[in-house]
Formats: sequence, C-alpha cells, structure tokens
Amino acid sequence: MKSYRFVRQNPAKPNALPLPPSPDSVSSCFSRWRFCLFERWKERLRSEQVHGRMKVKVISRSTEEFTRERGQDLQKVFRNYDPKLRNHEKAVEYTRALNAAKLEKIFARPFIGAMDGHIDAVSCMAKNPNHLKGIFSGSMDGDIRLWDIATRKTVCQFPGHQGAVRGLTSSTDGEMLISCGTDCTVRLWKVPLLKMMDSSESDEDYSKPLAVYVWKHAFWAVDHQWDGPLFATAGSQVDIWDHNRSEPINTFEWGKDTVISVRFNPGEPDVLATSASDRSITLYDLRMSSPVRKLIMRTKTNAICWNPMEPMNFTAANEDCSCYSYDTRKLDEAKVVHKDHVSAVMDIDYSPTGREFVTGSYDRTVRIFPYNGDHSREIYHTKRMQRVFCVRYSCDGSYLISGSDDTNLRLWKAKSSEQMGVLLPRERKKLEYLDAVKERYKHLPEVKRIVRHRHLPKPIYKAAALRRTMIEAENKRDLRRRAHSAPGSMPVQPFRKRRIIKEDE
Amino acid sequence: MISQLTERNTVKGWNCSMKDIHECLLASPTHNTIKLWGQHGTRSKAPSLKKVEAHGRLIFPAQANLRLCLLLTMVANQEIMDKDRLVTAIEQDMSDELNLKTRKYLRGDGANLETLRDKKLKGQLAVREKLYGQSAKAAAKAEKWLMPTEEGYLEPEGLEKTWMVKQESILREVDVISSRKPFDMILPELGPYNLEYASSGRYMLVGGRKGHLAMMDMMSMDLIKEFQVRETVRDVVFLHNEQFFAVAQKKYPYIYNRHGTEIHCLQEHGAPLKLQFLDKHFLLASVNKFAQLHYQDVSTGVIVANYRTGLGRTDVMRVNPYNAVIGLGHSGGKVTMWKPTSVKPLVTMLCHHGPVTAVAFHSGGQLMATAGMDRKIKLWDLRKFGVLNTYSGHAQTMDFSQKGLLAIGNGSRVQVWRDSGNQEYEKYMSHAMVKGYQIGKVSFRPYEDVLGIGHSMGISSILIPGSGEPNFDTWVANPYETTKQRREKEVHALLDKLQPETIMLEPSKIATVRPPRRKERPTKKETEEEMEAAVEAAKSITFKKKTKGRNKPSKRAAKKEEEVLKAKRPFLEQQMNNDKPLKKQRIVEAELPKALQRFSRKKAS
Repeated sequence: MKSYRFVRQNPAKPNALPLPPSPDSVSSCFSRWRFCLFERWKERLRSEQVHGRMKVKVISRSTEEFTRERGQDLQKVFRNYDPKLRNHEKAVEYTRALNAAKLEKIFARPFIGAMDGHIDAVSCMAKNPNHLKGIFSGSMDGDIRLWDIATRKTVCQFPGHQGAVRGLTSSTDGEMLISCGTDCTVRLWKVPLLKMMDSSESDEDYSKPLAVYVWKHAFWAVDHQWDGPLFATAGSQVDIWDHNRSEPINTFEWGKDTVISVRFNPGEPDVLATSASDRSITLYDLRMSSPVRKLIMRTKTNAICWNPMEPMNFTAANEDCSCYSYDTRKLDEAKVVHKDHVSAVMDIDYSPTGREFVTGSYDRTVRIFPYNGDHSREIYHTKRMQRVFCVRYSCDGSYLISGSDDTNLRLWKAKSSEQMGVLLPRERKKLEYLDAVKERYKHLPEVKRIVRHRHLPKPIYKAAALRRTMIEAENKRDLRRRAHSAPGSMPVQPFRKRRIIKEDE
Repeated sequence: MISQLTERNTVKGWNCSMKDIHECLLASPTHNTIKLWGQHGTRSKAPSLKKVEAHGRLIFPAQANLRLCLLLTMVANQEIMDKDRLVTAIEQDMSDELNLKTRKYLRGDGANLETLRDKKLKGQLAVREKLYGQSAKAAAKAEKWLMPTEEGYLEPEGLEKTWMVKQESILREVDVISSRKPFDMILPELGPYNLEYASSGRYMLVGGRKGHLAMMDMMSMDLIKEFQVRETVRDVVFLHNEQFFAVAQKKYPYIYNRHGTEIHCLQEHGAPLKLQFLDKHFLLASVNKFAQLHYQDVSTGVIVANYRTGLGRTDVMRVNPYNAVIGLGHSGGKVTMWKPTSVKPLVTMLCHHGPVTAVAFHSGGQLMATAGMDRKIKLWDLRKFGVLNTYSGHAQTMDFSQKGLLAIGNGSRVQVWRDSGNQEYEKYMSHAMVKGYQIGKVSFRPYEDVLGIGHSMGISSILIPGSGEPNFDTWVANPYETTKQRREKEVHALLDKLQPETIMLEPSKIATVRPPRRKERPTKKETEEEMEAAVEAAKSITFKKKTKGRNKPSKRAAKKEEEVLKAKRPFLEQQMNNDKPLKKQRIVEAELPKALQRFSRKKAS
C-alpha cells in the first residue's frame, strides 16, 4: 500500500475539489436522499488561504491493491495477528477442541475388512518384510496362506503341514518363509515375488517346500534372527537352526516344561527371549552355551515382543490379563504393567515406531497400548470376532491385522479416526491444528469425557466390573491382613513386583 | 585465518610485514580479517571501501604495497567502527521495538517454571514456552515488516492544536479516495437516524425513527436496499454478516435479510428499546420497555435467557467486545453488567447521581466510559471497578474506536477524545453540525478513519485520522470479502459458535485452574517443627551476668525454663484450640404453646 503524506486529489489539477459521490451510483429510489456535499465547504476552501501546513494521513485503501487482478488468481490474504482483533480466543480454542473431540468420535471407523479363507482358527501370522501389503497366516488345520492386504485376497497357499501350524516367520531378506507345527516338522518355503502376486501367473511352483526338517518334538513357535542366517524354534526345548542344515545347530534347555514362544532381539542378533509353560521368561545368548537369565512369574506368559526402538526393553503378554514391560538389565521389577484386558493376552506386537503395541486377547478384543502407559488407548471389537490368537502391526505402522478363532483375519486402522489416502497440505495442517488444541484442552472434563469414552461389548463391560470388584476385594483383604499382623511382617509390594516370583541367573 | 595466511606467505618471504599487520589488527578493537590473495593481479590496487562495507573485511592483492595496505586498513577500520556504532544503535532500537511488539503477542507472562518440582512437566512446559516465544517473535516480525497499511495521524503545525483543525482543512490534504468518505446526508422527514456498521466496516445500516431502513455499501457508496416499515424503529443491528439485520420496531424486533424480506418476528422479546448482537455467540440481546433483558440464539432460535433487570426502563445498552458481557445504564445512575447464565447482574456499579445517558466499552476490555445527566463523563477501570477520571460534560452517545479514541456526541457537536498517555483523555478533534441538529448516535467505522453520525436530520460522516485499525485480517473481518469467502466464514463461525456459558467477566480464565479458596492449616508436623525451632531459639538466649546472688545457677536455670515456656505457649494454646471440639450448635428450643408442651422431649435429669 502506497501512502503519501501529502497526496493531492488530482496531481494534474492540484487545486481541484474532492469529488462528491457520483449520483449515478445511487439508485433512483435513493434520489430522495440529497447529497449535499459541503456546499459551504466549497466556498470556504476557495476563500481560505493556505497558511500552516499540518500533516494529515488517513487510512485509504485502493480496491485494486486488496483484490485479485484476474479471476484465475488466488484471493489475496492479509494477516494481522494482533490479539486485540480476536476476542474470546481461549473460548474459541476450547470450542474447537471440543468439536474436534466429537468429530474424532464420529469418524472413528477402525474396521476395514475381514480376510476370509482359512477353514480353521488362525494360529499365527508373520509379516513379509519385502512387501508392505503382504502377510502370512497359518491356521490350526495346517494351511498357510499369503495375503494381499490391499485387495484382501489370498495370493498363494503353502500346503503340507499335517497338524496345526504353530509358528511362522520370514527370513530377513524376505525370500524365505519358515513354518513349524505340531507335526514335528519345520518347513522352509520360497516366497513368491510381488510381480507374481499381481499377475498370479507363476511358472515356479511355490506350493512345494524348499526343505522339510523333521525333529523329535512338536513345535510351538519359530522366530528368525533380525540380522543373520539363523532361526530358533520352541517346543520342549529351544533349538537354533541354520537354513541349510536338517538338524539344529544348537539346543538350549532350562527346566523340563514346554517353551511356547520365542523372539529374537532386534538390536542384538544373538539374543533371544522365550517364555515357557512353567511361567518363566528366559533370555538366551547364542554366543554362550547356556541360558543367561530366567524370570519366573505367577502366571504363564503367552507371547513376548521386543521394542524395536528400545531393544533392551520387551513386553510380555501374560495369562493374567496384563502385559508387563521389562528392562532386560533389571528383571526384578516390571517397568510398566499394562492392564485393561479381561482375559488372557494371547499375542503382542510392537509398532515399528516403538511407541505403541497391539495385543490380542482371549476376551475377543484387540487393544492398543502406549509403550509407557498402563491403560490402553484403544479397544477394537466386532460382534463376530472370536478369541484373538495373533495380532500384527503392518510394516508401516498404520494398520493392524488380527487373526482369530473364527477363521478370519481382520484388518484395522491403527488410528481409528485417521483419514486414509493422500492428504492435501491444508487438510494436514488443519488436522495438526485440531490435534494440538485437543492436546491442550484434554484435561478439561468435557473434552476428557468424550476422548476417553469407548463403547464396550456387554460381556467385556461386565467382566471388567467384576475384575475391578475382585481386585478391590483382594486389596481390602490385604490391607486388613496387614493391619492384624505384626508390623513389618507383610511388606507392601508395588504391583510391578508382585507378580514376579523370582529371578534366576 | 590470519595465521594460515601468514604461514602461506612465509614461504614468499613476507613474514615480518605480515606480523606487523597482525599486530596492528590485534591492537584495533574491531579487527577485521585480512585476506591476501596470491592469485590476484600483480599491480597494487587500492581496495575500494565499498567492498569493505559489503563484506566487512579487506581484500588486497598479494603484491600490494604493504604500507598502503596498512594505512587503508586503519582508515577502513575507523570507518567501520563508526558505522558499527551506528548500526548497533539502530539494531538496539529495532530489537527494543521488536521486544515491545513481542510482548503484545506473548499475551501475558509465561508460567513460572522455577517452582515446579515435577521434572517431566517442567520439561514439557519449557518446550511449550519456547514455542510461544518463537511464535510471538514471528508475529512481531510480521507486524513490523509485512503490514500493508500505515496508521493515520494528524500533526498540526507549530502552535496549532489538533482540535482546531477543521474537517475542511483535513479534506484539503487527503487523497481522493479518502475525500469521498465524509458526507452529509440530509433526510429531514423520517426522523432521528440511527446507524450501525458491519464488523468489517464495509456496510452501513441506517434506521430512521419513523420507519425508514436502508443498507449501504460504504466502499462503493451504493445503496443496497432501502425500504419503509411504517412503524417506529428504535434500533438497528447487523447479525453475524451483512446478509441479515435485526430491527427494534414498535412492538417486536424483526429480522430482515439484505433484500428487505422479513425473516422473523421475535415476539418473545416484547417492545424492544435497544438491540445488541454478540457475534461469537450468535446471541441477539434486547432490552424491552419493561426492562427485561432477552437473549436469543439466532442460529437455533432458542431463547437462552430472559431476565428482569428490575431497575426501570432504559435504552442505554452496550456489549463489552472483550468479554461479551452486556452493560446496561439505568435511570438511577447504576450501570449493571449481565451475562446470559446468571439471573442477577454480575456487577452493579453506582456511576452517576442521576440517569446514565451513555455507556461505551474500550475494545481492550479494561476501560469503560459512562455519561450521566449529572453533567459528568467518567472513565472506569473495569479490572478494579474504580473510576479513573471524571470530566464534566454531557453526552447523548459515546463510542470507542479500534485505536481507543472516544467519540462523544452532545447536542449538535461531536468531540473526539484521545488518550494522552496514562489514560488521561483529552480533546483531540471536534466537529459541529448545523445548529439544531440533534446527534443521536456516533459510531466509528471499523478499519477506517471515519466517524459516522446519526442525527435528527439524517446521517453524516467525518474523518478522524488515527481512529481505525489500519490493517485488517482476512480471516477476522474482511472488507473485500467475496461471496465464497463469506459463505466459508459463515460455516466456520457456526462451527466455532461459543456457548453462552463462555461469557464471563474474565474470558482468559477459561481452562485455568481455580486457586484454592482457603489457606490450609499447617500440619501437625509443621507446627511441631516450628515449636521446636522456637524452643531452641529460646534456649540459646544468653543472659546478662547479674551480680549478688542473682546469678546463681538455679536462678539462671529457672529463667531459662521460663523463656522456653514463653516460647512454647502460643503453640500450645493454638493446639488446644484446634483440639477443642467444635462448639455444638445449641438447639434453641422454641417456646411451644401450652397445649403442645407435654409432647416436647423430656430433659435428661
């Protein structure tokens, strides 16, 4: 905006008078209004001699400078961030936060679709590290399938197992799939390439395993090293295998009970953790001849997952409805106890970001927990989903896949109200803004109530209430017992330690 | 840099002279880097000072005459030093100015993190505070460099006073566009006129007492619609945009659209005297002949509140733009402030001895101006509800501009007052209408240096330099709004509609923690500790050495014990008070009539 101090009306005629508003612009019915534009002023203006020069400036804007020139131009935007122009800032922000919370609830549609195909319960799953949209699943009848998540169709089947498939894993390069089952065999399969997946024409036969290794006990789980050629199976003992050897290269045993899950550490390729049905969690190092450490809890641990971003921490999915996050260096107490399920937690998987993990439970729900939070942020359930046996995050961390007793795999969004697909920059900015105000006002009762509320199926709601009552009763009993016993004979133990029996080395 | 170059030049045998330069440079306080370029031409060239200015360092060809170089370096250094001094002074000024502006955008002081014990919270808040600081700084810079329009001003020459400047002489100085803004519209037939500007300042609504309604586009000076309702019109007000307006007519308020079509008749309000619209809340407030205050939500049509003021009929009503609280001026000299969620007024102030004739609120929310029939105009501080200044004068109508000028209409004269610092308002400009015109309403036009005057013979407008906010925000109020933008804005305004509960005296208190009401009692442990400290202090008192049997050990011990007891006493007394059970409320037995006395409970004997 040009602003001159002494702008004359018309540079050509410096003494010309200001023009009255032209009568043409006034409609005919308006003509009753007489514009008497300073008739008296005119005379004075002429008569008055110019004496002292004062400085005057008033705001004047020319329309051309504040509007666009052509129709195809963008509209001009002028900002003035002065707080004085914006009254009720806080109230407006609060209203926006409240509306954003409500909208989030409205748009929360996490379930994308079910993948139907197995004829028995889905017992295990494995990600395909080479293909974002591929996932392997194994079922109780011995069927292994490769799914295309985008189309939610089976791409390929790997028949062969006689009994249930209990473990699935793929090698680090993504070219090999390893399965094991109750028929005492470990099978190695070649994974079809993505191109083949799309055209579904294969000159190679993927339904024949590359190798079948028969061993002397039934298998419960298998996991491949994150970086290396080895994989470990769990059964009545822990066996370490090489791809090319028909017998395990190493075997570990600590106690006589069945080992039910095994997971390699993502940071240290030689470290693995197992859990066994004698309620123990055991740490092994392949470079040593014997197990490193053992932790015995009060209940059995069904699955273990390492945090991929903090590889010294792992979380154990326990039979007592909770998950326990441990630091490997300090196993005498859990870092966090994640409570919310109302039945045994069957499987657990960390998001690739390491900030969240998903659990599947025998209570027919899938929950998402923050890695350091003791309660879940989200619960997913459908009427038709039965006991969940396995859950996995997708490799990009934006989807979840759950496999359950009802023979289906189900695909969920990791953020229930997230808008899928490409966002325009403006959309993204708006969403970021709404997230920020929600974060800012999350402590206010109304916002908090809306954000926290989750609808629970009736059985779960009742079971949770029952569990609460039981825990309260137990606490009360403890309190009374403590009050009536000798001081110091019943030390108060935090819940993080209470479920641990002992730690062996 | 220099040491490197020295090394490089040692080979060529420049060792000694380079050292000289080095020393010379070290001696000067602002020593500049000297670069010696071996590759440059063989002829000695005097380095141009322009280069020095541009880069702040000297570049010489290697074979240049060293003495010359040295001399030049010193001269250049001197110049650079002077320049530096100037530059630093300017920079200081600029940073001061920026700091001032940043303070405005910081919206108050940050949280005091020193007192926090929770380290995690402290860290989070520290990050947040840093972000606030950054955004405030960015906003301040944007204000400094990116604002397209400058504020208006009026600076008289020599001994002249601003209030002596006539409209004619202002008109002579300003540009064409501005010179079209003042006008007198003489409409003698349809009675005293009321006027109202839309929030963007582009549209003006005019209502004549005898039923003449008109809407004008003030930018193009076009008449948008004009019609007659053939009924008394007491007030006109724009709703959330220029598409709708409400009119206080003889029996009810009506809502019209811009084509003059009647949309609603709001019968619940009764015969309204004054209307106000709270744009963030979409509430239309009216006060009627029976002194009832009505709030109606115009987006849903719900009557939000209906309160009797109980202080008599009044047509003095203004909304405080800062907190959307409505101020009513009453004939008893009281000013009351209302919100839709309380039956009783939030504040009742006795402002004048006699009826209140006008009330105006500053947009900052801290200043209120009232005028009464007692020939007083008072400025009030709304933070402590105390009077700041009292001036003598009558005012039928008052209005604060966006920049804080106060327009006062009285009879056929308009005065504009300005804050001369420290909230001392003094006369800034004045304007006289033709004798006999009675001014009924003055209203500053937002984002323009224009004051609109509604009077008994029509409407006028005059130029008041420095009254309006020069820079508008497209997303707040846009005078150049297109249809599409208007529609978009309407939707957003509805999404962000505030609930009536958010109206309160201090709107920044939303989402803050209420401070604890009572001071908590010290815990038992704390009192015990305090007592122990007092006892220790008493024990450590050393006594004067007395003579003649008064300094016996037993006496000294007794004295000490007494001191200790004295120190303990207040604590023990307090403890006793605390331990005492609260006084039982004595049940006063009512004297029963004789016939019923036999049923009263027997006293335990």
